[in-house]
This record gives sequence, C-alpha cells and structure tokens, in this order.
Amino acid sequence: MTMMTGAEIVIRCLQEEKVEYVFGYPGGAVLHIYDALFKQDQIKHVLVRHEQAAVHAADGLARSSHKVGVALVTSGPGATNAVTGIATAYMDSIPLVIISGQVPNDYIGQDAFQECDTVGITRPCVKHNFLVNDVHQLALTFKKAFYIANSGRPGPVVIDIPKDVTAAKCRFDYPSAIQMRSYNPVVKGHLGQIKKAVHLLLEAKRPMIYTGGGVILSNGAEPLTRLTRRLGFPITNTLMGLGAYPGTDRQFLGMPGMHGTVEANLAMQHCDVLLAIGARFDDRVIGNPDNFSSLPRKIIHVDIDPSSISKRVKVDVPIVGNVPDVLEEMIRLIEAGNAAPDAQDLAAWWKQIEEWRSKQCMKYRMRKSVIMPQYVIEKLYEITGGRAIVTSDVGQHQMWAAQYYKFEQPRRWLNSGGLGTMGVGLPYAMGAALVNPGMQVVCVTGEGSIQMCIQELSTAKQFRLPIKIINLNNRYLGMVRQWQEMFYGSRYSESYMDSLPDFVKLAEAYGHVGIRVERPEDVEAALRKAFVDHKDDLVFLDVITDQKANVFPMVAAGKGLADMILTEDL
Amino acid sequence: MRHIISILLENEAGALSRVAGLFSARAYNIETLTVAPTEDVSLSRLTIVTSGTDAVIEQITKQLNKLIDVIKVVDLSEAAHIERELMLIKVRATGKDREEVKRLADIFRGHIIDVTESTYVVELTASGAKLDSFIQAIDPGLILETVRTGVCGIGRGERILKV
Repeated sequence: MTMMTGAEIVIRCLQEEKVEYVFGYPGGAVLHIYDALFKQDQIKHVLVRHEQAAVHAADGLARSSHKVGVALVTSGPGATNAVTGIATAYMDSIPLVIISGQVPNDYIGQDAFQECDTVGITRPCVKHNFLVNDVHQLALTFKKAFYIANSGRPGPVVIDIPKDVTAAKCRFDYPSAIQMRSYNPVVKGHLGQIKKAVHLLLEAKRPMIYTGGGVILSNGAEPLTRLTRRLGFPITNTLMGLGAYPGTDRQFLGMPGMHGTVEANLAMQHCDVLLAIGARFDDRVIGNPDNFSSLPRKIIHVDIDPSSISKRVKVDVPIVGNVPDVLEEMIRLIEAGNAAPDAQDLAAWWKQIEEWRSKQCMKYRMRKSVIMPQYVIEKLYEITGGRAIVTSDVGQHQMWAAQYYKFEQPRRWLNSGGLGTMGVGLPYAMGAALVNPGMQVVCVTGEGSIQMCIQELSTAKQFRLPIKIINLNNRYLGMVRQWQEMFYGSRYSESYMDSLPDFVKLAEAYGHVGIRVERPEDVEAALRKAFVDHKDDLVFLDVITDQKANVFPMVAAGKGLADMILTEDL
Repeated sequence: MRHIISILLENEAGALSRVAGLFSARAYNIETLTVAPTEDVSLSRLTIVTSGTDAVIEQITKQLNKLIDVIKVVDLSEAAHIERELMLIKVRATGKDREEVKRLADIFRGHIIDVTESTYVVELTASGAKLDSFIQAIDPGLILETVRTGVCGIGRGERILKV
C-alpha cells in the first residue's frame, strides 16, 4: 500500500464518505489540504467569502438533503469565524463535519500566529470534537466524526488538524465500520412503552399531536402522516418541524407557540393526551412551562435523545427511540388491533377546534398604498406552487414565511430556530441550491438580516446559483421594533435601519438582477419576472413593505399559551 | 439533595474538561470532583459530588451519558455505598498543643506524617463529614493549611461499575 500525506488522507476520507461539496476558505494551516484538493476532481470546493457562511452553507446542504455537510477552515480566525455556524447547527441538531487547520504540534500553546484553542472554543457547541495529533489517527477520526455527526441525535463534529499532521505520511486504511464502547445510540423504542402510548391515544377524548425538527431530521414525515391520518387527530408542527405534515391538510392546525395559531395553541393547552414527537417543549413553543404543566393532560414523548425528555415538562410516557421506527411500531399495533379512537369524542373535539379556527387569527388588512409583508409570502406560495425550498433569516419575515407559506413536504423550510442566527438565509440557500439542482430556492429575508452575510452574493455569482432573494424591507429591525412598540413604550432604541444601500444597485454590482417593488399591485408581476423571466439568475427583490406591520398572534415571553395577543385587524 | 455520581470515561485528552464544562454550561453545582485512571489505563473514573432536585439530578445523569467520551454513569448515593476522602492538614504544634493535636488525630484514626519543632501534618481518611468534624474539633488558630482530595466512592457488595 502506498504512503499518503495527512492532507491526501483527509481528501480520501471525504471521498470515502461520498462528500460532493466542501464549503471553505483557505489559509496557512490548511494549505497542504488545499493542495491535495487541487489534485483531484471528485470533491467540489465552494469558496465562500467568510467562514461563517461556509458552515451555514454546509448546514443548508444538510438540512435540505439528509447528507452530512462539510466545511473546511483555517486555524485561528478561520475557526472562530466558523463558531456561529457551528453553534447554529448544534442548536438545531444538524449533522456537519467541520475541518479546521491548527498550528503545527510543536507550536501549540506557544501563542503562534493564527493559533487558537479551537477544540476548547467549540467544545460547548459541538456534539463532539477531536484534535488529531498523529497522522495514524486521521482516518479513524474521520470515520468516527461522520458516524457521530449523523447518528443518534445528529450534530456538528469538529476535527482540528495541526499542519504538521497534514504533511506527515502513513498508509491509508479507511475502516468500513466503526464500534465505539462509549457511544451506542438507541434506535428501537421500548415496546411496552409504545403499547402504553397507543392505549392512551386510543382512549383520548381530546388528543393532540405536536411534532418538531426531530421528525424532519429522522425522515419520519411519511409514517407521521400515515399515523395522523389513520387516527384522525389534530396536528401541529413547530417552526423546526414544518413540512412534516402537509400544511394544507384539514387536520393541520398551523404552527404552535409564540407566533402560533389560536387553534394550535388552544388545542395544545386543552388536549387530554398530547403526543410529542421529536420536539423539545422549547420556551418559544409552550410559553411558560409552569403554566403549561398546570393543566391535567397526559404527555407521551418520543425522542432519540433521553435528555430531551422531562427536561422542561414532566412527561408520563417517555419513549426513547428513532422516530420512524417508533411510529411504524405504533401504526403496526393500531392496525393489528384494528382499533380506532371514539368517533363521538373526536367529533366533539373537532367541533371545538373548528370554533377556534373560525377566528381566522392570521387575517390581516390589505393596504392600498403599501405592501403588506404577509401578502408577499402568500403570493410567493402561489407562484412557486408551494414546492420551493424556502430559507429565511431571523425576525418578523421568518415568522411570516413560517405562517403564510404552506409547506407540504419535509426539508423545504430551512431556518435557524434554536440559536436564531441572523445571516443564515443566503448561505442556507446556497447549500440547498447546490445539492438540489433544478429546484426553486428562495431566501426570505429582511434588510437587517441580509446584510449579515451579504458578501455571499459574490459566491452565488461564482457558482451561478439561481437563488431568489425576497427582501422584506421595512427599514426597521422589525421584531425588535415590535417588542419595543409592545413592551417598551414605543421607544425605538437603535431598531431603525438608516443609510441602507440601494439593494438593486448592490445586486447589480455583484452581477445579479435587482428589482425594487413598491406597490401592492406590482408584487405578483415582480415575482413572475424573478421566477419565470430570470429563472436561471439570482434575483434580488427589494420589496418595500409596511413599516408598522406586526407578527400576530403573539404570546408574550413568560406567558401561558392561551394568553395570546391578537391582531387589531380582526 | 447531595448525590455522589460516578463516571467511567475514556482516558483521553480533554475528556475531563467536557465533564467540567457541562456542569458550568448548564449551571449544575460541583462540590467536589476527583479523577484518576482505573486498573485499565484506557479508562478514567471520575467522582462528582453535586446537589439538586430529583429533576436536576436526572438531567445531570442524562447529559453526562450524552457526552461521547462517557461510557457509564451511576448515582452511587441511590443505594448502599462507601465514600472516603483524604485530607492533609498542617497545624501549629507547640507546647501543650502538641499533645492535644496528637490525641485528636488518634481519636479520628489519623496519622501524623510530618513532624517539625513547630508543626505537624496530619493525614486523615474518612467521609467528608468526618473530615469537617476534625477541622471543627481543632482550635482554628492552629490550622496552617488544609488540602482535601474530594470524595471518591464505591458501591457495596455486588454493585459494580465496570465496562
């Protein structure tokens, strides 16, 4: 067997893992790796303009494809720039492998040029990380990293490689399988617990299904849809779980939580049996946990991560297991017993839910002279036929996209739900566009968020990514402004956006198409122009929207779910 | 409530800081922490004394189990167990205090392991509470220095923590 350098081994490992795209940025500590990359053509490298975007783009690729995303950065500032991306992926359990260069072994701890303690800095925001001091450990470490990143509850794994290790030589031997005595994620749920859960579900008078990002990540949408239809129960998907159940179906109550629908939130509060799947009872979803726990309901919780169970809310029937496996077992038990819930009870419960739904909490008033942001999302939904991959940044536009775009399928809605990272939208769209050629990819953003990774317009040009950017431009950091209006006596402290660039000219400067939209009657035509006439171009739609529009309904932080503030437009 | 948690983990660089970091990141309390390799040098055994409600202790054990380097976690204080801590205490020993300290050390089954004209070093192995009592029994003016290892513990009888 021939000897290889560490750098060549890195590339061979990525090839063995069938990695198609690596997002990265070169620098001193990774020069050997970039040289090895240059000498092959199996893996394509996407040169971003800032390391944060490299990790976000790898993350967008992973979210939209069920593959492991890979980023490559240099030591020191390369690694620290990547941290926001890593923490973002960690909070949403996205499988990534991040390779960082490190100063040579002899220099570690000497405050060398571009040295930082990457393993120490990233430790609290990774599933696991490695510092590989010895070239002989390199291949095994890559095998472990991909296995850890993409099994159990997924997450980012960092491999920090000192420069001398990438120059050292050894034989390449990639293990075909891996066994770790300290890491054995559970797959099958406990049958006794699943039986108990099915019994509870069939006895329920007011059942409710609540599912999160775990259903998307585990590819559980199909069995979830089958189970929900079979039972005829109402269902809600969290911000991270949208698309797990068809958004236009009658059984779907919309999103729950801080900006959830009246029907979803009240059904969450008033159900007598709650089936939670791949969700973690987040503060933005259940509001105040004491208020939530005060109501007498039985909770069944299915999750691959035992530490997610009974963390914020005590549950009655915990089931640790892989979501699709547990759901299939539930379906099997229900079908074998030929069992069905009580039709009369269920009808009465649906009657109550329809009454809540008839409030039409998402209604908003159209204005003649100014564009309502909700209207833009509704039109976007129509024109893309509900089939686009939609990414968003963080803020009001994110909530409107989640509320008004009806997601029919999983992995079509990419946003930073856990960490809430502004700036993810464009790089997410880049990763999604690369790995899903031919699909419509839209980035719904705001004039605040888009400027946090605006430099990636250059990357998008280089790789000819036909992303459509919908910039809901209200000249405010809208969500901050909304909280200031509601809770800080309308003192708009630093939430206005002054001295904005001319986004149309900016897009053109990067070689893209820019269109400004200022009147409601022009929205549809502009969207058509973007999606039809400029199908193969990146189009930046700068949509000037109502400055005072707020996101409703709203549950204020610390309040119970039933305590919703509704729009005055009703 | 006070709990003694025993952990078997991979004896690898950084493993200890993963455990310590978890406690600070999630605002769990550490009273003592001891760690050393086991008879199998690829493994470390770590003992943490912590306190919290049942819900917090449940989360602590779950979060520890989630760390990739952690192999096994046991709450020793859940059942019959033995705990010991070692203390070295240097005291001023002159005049009549020399006799008094010697007598106290004997009562607590300690040993005097260093003697000078003016000081003793007493070695004492016992439960943490007993070490506290020894400190309380000595005139505080005489104590020059104390160093304690933190608690280590083991289950009784057939209760065994092993890979």
